[in-house]
Amino acid sequence: MAAPMSNVEEIRSRVILGEFGVKNVHTTDFPGNYPGFDDTWDMKRFQKNFRVDVVHLDENSMEFDMVGIDAAIANAFRRILLAEVPTMAIEKVFIYNNTSIVQDEVLAHRLGLIPIKADPRLFEFKNTGEESAEEEASEIDTIQLQLKIKCSRNPRASKDSSDPRELYLNHMVYSKDIEWVPIGNQADVFADSCIRPVHDDILIAQLRPGQELDIIMHCVKGLGKDHAKFSPVATASYRLLPEITLLETVEGEKAERLKRCFSRGVIDLEDAHGKKVAKVVNSRLDTCSREVLRHSDLKNCVKLGRVRDHFIFTVESTGILPPDVLVTEAIKVLMAKCQSFLSEMNSVDME
Amino acid sequence: MEVLGGEFGDMTPQELVAPVNTVAEKWKLLPAFLKVKGLVKQHIDSFNYFINVEIKKIMKANEKITSDADPMWYLKYLNIYVGMPDVEESFNVTRPVSPHEEQELPLQQNRPPISLRAGGCIMVQQLRECRLRDMTYSAPITVDIEYTRGSQRIIRNALPIGRMPIMLRSSNCVLTGKTPMEFSKLNECPLDPGGYFIVKGQEKVILIQEQLSKNRIIVDQDRKGTVGASVTSSTHEKKSRTNIVVKQGRFYLRHNTLSEDAPIAVIFKGMGVESDQEIVQMIGTEEHVMASFAPSLEECQKAQIFTQTQALRFLGNKVRRQRMWGGPKKTKMEEARELLASLILTHVPVKEFNFRAKCIYLAVMVRRVILAQGDNKVDDRDYYGNKRLELAGQLLSLLFEDLFKKFNAELKKIADQIIPKQRAAQFDVVKHMRQDQITNGMVNAISTGNWSLKRFKMDRQGVTQVLSRLSYISALGMMTRISSQFEKTRKVSGPRSLQPSQWGMLCPSDTPEGEACGLVKNLALMTHITTDMEDGPIIKLAFNLGVEDVNLLCGEELSYPSVFLVFLNGNILGVIRDHRKLVNTFRLMRRAGFINEFVSISTNMTDRCVYISSDGGRLCRPYIIVKKGQPMVNNKHIEDLSQGYRTFEDFLHEGLVEYLDVNEENDCQIALYEHMITKDTTHLEIEPFTLLGVCAGLIPYPHHNQSPRNTYQCAMGKQAMGTIGYNQRNRIDTLMYLLVYPQRPMVKTKTIELIDFEKLPAGQNATVAVMSYSGYDIEDALVLNKASLDRGFGRCLVYKNAKCTLRRYTNQTFDKVMGPMLDAATRKPIWRHSILDADGICSPGEKVENKQVLVNKSMPTVTQTPLEGSAQPGQPQYRDVPISYKGSTDSYIERVMISSNAEDAFLIKILLRQTRRPEIGDKFSSRHGQKGVCGLIVPQEDMPFCDTGICPDIIMNPHGYPSRMTVGKLIELLAGKAGVLDGRFHYGTAFGGSKVKDVCEDLIRYGYNYQGKDYVTSGITGEPLEAYIYFGPVYYQKLKHMVLDKMHARARGPRAVLTRQPTEGRSRDGGLRLGEMERDCLIGYGASMLLLERLMISSDAFEVDVCGQCGLLGYSGWCHYCKSSCHVSSLRIPYACKLLFQELQSMNIIPRLKLSRYNE
Repeated sequence: MAAPMSNVEEIRSRVILGEFGVKNVHTTDFPGNYPGFDDTWDMKRFQKNFRVDVVHLDENSMEFDMVGIDAAIANAFRRILLAEVPTMAIEKVFIYNNTSIVQDEVLAHRLGLIPIKADPRLFEFKNTGEESAEEEASEIDTIQLQLKIKCSRNPRASKDSSDPRELYLNHMVYSKDIEWVPIGNQADVFADSCIRPVHDDILIAQLRPGQELDIIMHCVKGLGKDHAKFSPVATASYRLLPEITLLETVEGEKAERLKRCFSRGVIDLEDAHGKKVAKVVNSRLDTCSREVLRHSDLKNCVKLGRVRDHFIFTVESTGILPPDVLVTEAIKVLMAKCQSFLSEMNSVDME
Repeated sequence: MEVLGGEFGDMTPQELVAPVNTVAEKWKLLPAFLKVKGLVKQHIDSFNYFINVEIKKIMKANEKITSDADPMWYLKYLNIYVGMPDVEESFNVTRPVSPHEEQELPLQQNRPPISLRAGGCIMVQQLRECRLRDMTYSAPITVDIEYTRGSQRIIRNALPIGRMPIMLRSSNCVLTGKTPMEFSKLNECPLDPGGYFIVKGQEKVILIQEQLSKNRIIVDQDRKGTVGASVTSSTHEKKSRTNIVVKQGRFYLRHNTLSEDAPIAVIFKGMGVESDQEIVQMIGTEEHVMASFAPSLEECQKAQIFTQTQALRFLGNKVRRQRMWGGPKKTKMEEARELLASLILTHVPVKEFNFRAKCIYLAVMVRRVILAQGDNKVDDRDYYGNKRLELAGQLLSLLFEDLFKKFNAELKKIADQIIPKQRAAQFDVVKHMRQDQITNGMVNAISTGNWSLKRFKMDRQGVTQVLSRLSYISALGMMTRISSQFEKTRKVSGPRSLQPSQWGMLCPSDTPEGEACGLVKNLALMTHITTDMEDGPIIKLAFNLGVEDVNLLCGEELSYPSVFLVFLNGNILGVIRDHRKLVNTFRLMRRAGFINEFVSISTNMTDRCVYISSDGGRLCRPYIIVKKGQPMVNNKHIEDLSQGYRTFEDFLHEGLVEYLDVNEENDCQIALYEHMITKDTTHLEIEPFTLLGVCAGLIPYPHHNQSPRNTYQCAMGKQAMGTIGYNQRNRIDTLMYLLVYPQRPMVKTKTIELIDFEKLPAGQNATVAVMSYSGYDIEDALVLNKASLDRGFGRCLVYKNAKCTLRRYTNQTFDKVMGPMLDAATRKPIWRHSILDADGICSPGEKVENKQVLVNKSMPTVTQTPLEGSAQPGQPQYRDVPISYKGSTDSYIERVMISSNAEDAFLIKILLRQTRRPEIGDKFSSRHGQKGVCGLIVPQEDMPFCDTGICPDIIMNPHGYPSRMTVGKLIELLAGKAGVLDGRFHYGTAFGGSKVKDVCEDLIRYGYNYQGKDYVTSGITGEPLEAYIYFGPVYYQKLKHMVLDKMHARARGPRAVLTRQPTEGRSRDGGLRLGEMERDCLIGYGASMLLLERLMISSDAFEVDVCGQCGLLGYSGWCHYCKSSCHVSSLRIPYACKLLFQELQSMNIIPRLKLSRYNE
């Protein structure tokens, strides 16, 4: 059993999952809010408490803990990841020929949602002013892609086949059929990082013999708040670290049941005096289904809480940039925002 | 009981108590049933019966035409056929046609340029498709005839007399018996139900009409509480209504052709029953019956009528004068006898003036009334056993018979006119057989829906409706719709309320709200409607089973307590002593397949009758037969069925399953489930969810919802957009809504599978969070996730069409299509013509803006034939009549079709497309009658998210639940969530489906909360929400109501010509009306200047000159009445006011204005 926590301490640092609602949801440790606590901002203390542990990292997803920070800041990172880290996505579609059954607008929409593997940091935002609308696409702000494909009958298909895969050639248009057409010196600059769709197997359209697509696309740099296609993440979210406290010893059959109430690996049974005694092993694994609270005899043995300042972040990248880069980019965006805010503040002071 | 005792006698007590085996998958009978009957089959069966059987009967009834001019001349029809649909391309060249033609022009994108300059040259290739070319899908009606020409007798075969519109998927349709592959070759959707007609390019459905049963005695109570009996007799020749009424304890017969009510005893005597004793014997010799009939006899006595002759003379004076055209003059007595024989109770056959059967029928009617008087047992008019449904075949046969008779009358008239004139060539009737009369008669009736047949005094409007193709469900729902003959305005609850006998036959949920509520109904899933069948064999069988013929009875037997009357289709067949044996044997014979499965037999214990019905229009549905407490169908049978060894028909023939109509259902003990089977049970329900119809079948867990919610959903399911058929992209409809990414529902029902809704879905599975958010969700508004919309949620396509025909006129001029007009300076087409091709027709793929021209058509200024002698103008003058695009938003041209229509006019159809993304104000609904408009679109980062990072697509306000009590939606969410986690679809079938407990256990297994309520973090603050949120997928439909089509505002705009007031309505860019009530408010408030501004200045202010002397309106400062200008002053009045004055003057009323200065 964990060491008992004082009531105030609990209110300050834990979110409590009750049977009918969540308690202590708000951050309350403002300076002067609690007598006997010094909540003034202290860089040293923050540095001491704050830590980031990367739990898991691969090329597409990442899990890390961010501890010792306020929900507002953590949420800012999440929001920026979703909406304000720029990526490159198809914005303009020039349809020269489309004899497929997919309507032009739908085709354009589908193309737009395909993640394009191109480092957005190497490009600039395209000016969206009135006069620049006519402006030619330039190498610094635009990637040109091409999709040119025509379906035909497979001359080698067996006569009695009814399988379209065998009968036709190119009847499925995949994202791999999109080709990069470098503009200006792009061929040299991006020679090693070949620009292409992240995934090769995204189905764009289905064709039948004689139908063809002839499309030029322009990718530009954009923000997720503008359109979801610019969002660099599939999802970015966090949850608070669950904390399960057993208020009394739970033994025997009750312990078995208690174990089943939580996700696998959360509760372990230990042998003590010939009886099985439940023990919290790893509360992090719990999904907070609150199943215990349905058992009237068990619900008073446990306290379900979550640590208020322990954020378990999950970032799933669309594959354009690795998730760790995305997080650093997000931090940079927040820093830039703060910078501009500060400079704004300073400029106001001048007057 | 005795019978049952015998049946169970050989069973041991243990056997009796043993639980009944459940047939696990007996619902599998349902798809098998739907394969052979059900849903649309009744339309098709009925039409097939008409074109294959009924039409021949009609021909037989009118087979011979003779002429008064030449007794030797005749024409006799030998046979009649309806052929296969074809199209007449040019003179006598026909070609088979399909509703949607196979090949397609490469018009869509690379349309070859067509030269029209030469003057409307005909396209080489033609799209010959009824729907696209605005033609009628019809087949020729041909006859074999025998007639005389001079002294020769000639037989001609296969002469066309007209064309019959063909019902899709009927026996003569090209689509019957085709495989799905062949359907796709024909550009047809294999899931399309058929059962409708294509007339002038429109899909028309003949709705099922509900009406009171014909030829049945209905005992009724009128408003004063007096009991009477009435019969609506209907035969091929005549229709009439006969009433028995009671006045001061005496019985009278009331009929249209009698000028006043005739005493019943006189009628009996007129029909040859002269002895009072015989009359009383027939009616009944019980004390109270005799007592109540005595006054009627007495009256007859007083009138001094004793013999048939006296009675007929008496009646002859009461016959309403009929205009006699032709024929020998009849005496009054003959007239009366004719009336009794053929007009009163027409359906009872009278041969050689043998009135026996009719007398007995009349006596039975009187007896019914007397018995009903005693204990007040009147018949229920709303009872479905007393109702018949008229289908397309019956309606068309009425129409065809009428047209055929007219056609024959026309031929006779021609023969009468031409034969007397001596001609060189002999009269050949074939030359005078015109096809257009029958063709046009049929086509016009179906396309307008006006069924007016003089002969039957039938004048119905709105019999047909355009098949609504908004979604697959709306089309399917239309095919099962039943409209009632009751007026919608009458405020009666009886016909509108749910009748217990509707159980299983008509859907209890699917009815519109408002004025047609309860009058328009829908068939349930397993209902079948019978067609007419031959009654000869049934009569024979009945007599063989011991029924004694009416004509051989003395009359007294009718009231014997042990004897039951036997009716066949409303006619008295005879009497039977052992009715139980008759009924049982009859049923056995039917189960063994010796009689048609749709013949029904039922006993009525109160009336002591056995009713046998074989007529068309009865509602019936199949049941599993139960014998000795065990259902006949067992698991083995079902297994055979699913492996294809058995069909539904085998079940019928083997006596495992039988059809029961509403009357016979009353005779049976039907168990809902196996465990409810008792020793009295005779039948077992196949599946309880079949009591719902197609539309209500879409609702998951409808048995958990408040009933009106299901009704609302039935109406809304028809407005949901999605997919309408596999051939939707080949159609050019006036309006078509499609969803870009339709999805199968996560929670489906058996009905959804049966009707293939999953293949043509209309909706999307949205992740819903039930919580309050932002306040823009009050009053059922929904909050949508912007990222979801970006990714394609609720995105829809709206297709509209533009049409234009190029005609030839009588003066040899014709419409032309001109190329685009070029700007003089730039040599480029002007903006309005910028999307036109060189041929003057817009090209596919172009974007059209408001007021741009789609087809640059010009029309000759003079289209009439010039008068004789006037000079022929050299070059015709042309005037521009462009087809231009109107719409607030731009469209794209999807395709252009060039063809010719049935009149060989050049036809251009243009399909326009818009893609729309949901916006604030668009309407959505779940499948539980919970509709709401989008109130706010929120960026994803502001949306709440759960531990796994899921954001909702839709946030719905929880206030939608308590008052609506749509528990089904709550369960759908749970089942959907469990299904998503488990990777499978759950069932929400009515009275079944996945259990909430099981579903919730699944949630637990995947680490979610048992109740479906998740811990959710606010996307705005980043802190958790204080409440747990009900979170999961619900199937949402996008409804066709979108703000884009509705939003309207105007500052200045067009005005009506007559009144100079702003026009009305959005389509005319009209003003927003400040109505009476609003005006009242302003008056009450005293805002006089605002009133003046709203009602005059901003509306129709007008300066008039009024003469102060005469008070009349002047003109430009001059009074025409006073011939002076000295008293004329200028006023501002509404133009409507000035108009009123002038109109009054035109009626000789002089309105004079009295003028005075306001400060005087």
